[in-house]
Amino acid sequence: MDTEHSEHILSYGKLMAVWVALLVLTAATIMVTRVELGVWKVWAALAIASIKSGLVIAFFMHMKYEPRLFRIILFVALFTLAGFIGGTFFDVLYR
Amino acid sequence: MSHQEKDSFGAKLGMWLFLFTEMLLFGGVFILYSVYLNRYPKEFGLGGHQLDLVFGATNTVVLLTSSLFAAMSVTAIKRGAKRLTLGLLSVTIGCALVFLCIKYLEWSAKFHHGIYPNSPKLIAGPPGESIFFSLYYLTTGLHGIHVVIGGILMTWTAVMVQKGILNSTDNVTLENVTLYWHLVDLVWIFIFPLYYLIL
Repeated sequence: MDTEHSEHILSYGKLMAVWVALLVLTAATIMVTRVELGVWKVWAALAIASIKSGLVIAFFMHMKYEPRLFRIILFVALFTLAGFIGGTFFDVLYR
Repeated sequence: MSHQEKDSFGAKLGMWLFLFTEMLLFGGVFILYSVYLNRYPKEFGLGGHQLDLVFGATNTVVLLTSSLFAAMSVTAIKRGAKRLTLGLLSVTIGCALVFLCIKYLEWSAKFHHGIYPNSPKLIAGPPGESIFFSLYYLTTGLHGIHVVIGGILMTWTAVMVQKGILNSTDNVTLENVTLYWHLVDLVWIFIFPLYYLIL
């Protein structure tokens, strides 16, 4: 019954394109952290890591083709985690 | 047919809910890391420079490649290519083994230099450094356990593909096991910059 939306099959070519993008981003993150950028290299490395995980979740983990419910719970989980991090740092930085 | 069909939607939803708890578990470890990085930036810097960038980068490439092969195995089984599915899964399992071998080399080199939890060298050193290495062993150890479990699950799945229990119409177990494997990759995507690059 639910097979219509779960039957999307990703082609090998598309998966390989995602893999190449992930390798390029890995090289970029190594290069960006080898130059002296100070605090910015932390943000740059985390931004690239987030883009990489977005690609893995969307394509390798098929999230782009799942029903909306999956994305809603993904964002609930991410906001929960962000809330933990925000709350912790509010305490750590302003104690 | 329709009565025997598995509820693949429910199976995948359940897997995703489990994966979110895993994200929160590793998220907790990363929060610990960032709080202590904030408190001991200098010691974390010194600790991070002792990690081997070549080992870390190689393992990143190994895991990304294993994820590609895992994702391709889902495409292969849905297209009914049984032999190809088994081949792709074997490469993924091979990558898991390579990852663990590199991790073993990395850890044993550190042990050899007297760096392990509660080692005399770390106890004598500054507290920030010993916290850094405790978190390093906690995070990569927890991740390593996930790699071992993922490898076992993929071997089990490959046996079911071989027996024909998983096939082009019924393959949600393979999909869920590869989802777990991608999560292992996802966690490493953050471990690599945090421990090997930014310090």
